Amino acid sequence: MGILQNRFDEENVIFTNVDTLLNLGKEHSLWYLLFATACCGIELMQWGASKYDSDRFGMIPRSTPRQADLMIVAGTITLKMASRVKRLYEQMPEPKWVISMGSCANAGGPFCKYSYSVLKGIDKYIPVDVYVPGCPPRPEALIEGVFKLREVIHEERVLRKQGKTPKPRTPIVVEDPHAHDPFARHSGGAKLVKA
Amino acid sequence: MGIDFKALQETVKQRFGEQVLAWSEFRGQYGLHVKSGRIVEVLRFLRDDPATKFVMLTDVTCVDGLKLPETMEQGFPERFAVVYHLYSLEHNDRLRVKAFVPEDPCEIDSAAGLWAAANWGEREVFDLFGINFRGHPDLRRILMPANYEGHPLRKDYPLKGRGERDNFPKYTEIPEA
Ligand code: SF4
Repeated sequence: MGILQNRFDEENVIFTNVDTLLNLGKEHSLWYLLFATACCGIELMQWGASKYDSDRFGMIPRSTPRQADLMIVAGTITLKMASRVKRLYEQMPEPKWVISMGSCANAGGPFCKYSYSVLKGIDKYIPVDVYVPGCPPRPEALIEGVFKLREVIHEERVLRKQGKTPKPRTPIVVEDPHAHDPFARHSGGAKLVKA
Repeated sequence: MGIDFKALQETVKQRFGEQVLAWSEFRGQYGLHVKSGRIVEVLRFLRDDPATKFVMLTDVTCVDGLKLPETMEQGFPERFAVVYHLYSLEHNDRLRVKAFVPEDPCEIDSAAGLWAAANWGEREVFDLFGINFRGHPDLRRILMPANYEGHPLRKDYPLKGRGERDNFPKYTEIPEA
């Protein structure tokens, strides 16, 4: 990809279609790094297991960063862990994306104010594409985050040159669709039906 | 089964005399409070004596007694208490040994020669409370980053930290731990 990447000026039918094709491939095979540091990791496992089943989006966990496209930072990042996260991130091959999952990875979460050891947000160390709020976010919210990330990937230009003013990587915040529906929390989204 | 703690109190008193500060008992759990001077001898005795055989060290931890009320039952003769949790597989009984360590010099002999398990436990106590273990084979920080300053579980450590999370040196290279 290296010699062809962002080389072409014209917006013609070949380049746009090739870009779309390549992006389709990327967004439907987001292999993510098997990496979780705290309680959000439990929710991540739930999301990857049979009930929410991330495999159906083409997302397969990889245990080595060298095969991963996506890093889901799930959990509390301590000061000591931060440099390790960065090292894992740097080992991932381009193109790569980051989803910050949960309040801890977003901003320090419950440890934001009174703590001596927790990093106040992983975006201090590595660039983040999508933030998924919640403590912990429910698997549906993470699915929503993945879909938002797919939209980001879909807009990327591979063969064509970046626009005059390349779109900055603006982070996206996902809204939890069931945040105010207490029943959904326990029934996996089923609605209460009155007898 | 079970250890005769009454007899043990007598033996310990005979052997270590003025080293023993107190015994505590709460719902069948016993605690031995000692001075830190001959702590390794005390622990070795408890490990090797056939009547006790505390062959297993389950935990090493520490209590900071800063500004604890004087009226506490057992009292806190020094600022810190290093706590050893011992378990006897043979007698199926436990004992808590508290060794009191002054603020200055903040030192105690290491038990790493008696139990390998003491190695990391003492590193943790060193990391979070700043107690130096004399004769420890490898006394480094274990939980906090190597370039961290201070000992955060001390009672006089500011609750909101000292700004280390804002001023933490940005990553360039993983410092050798
Ligand atoms: S955001 Fe909440 S659930 Fe997630 S790691 Fe932090 S404390 Fe745990």
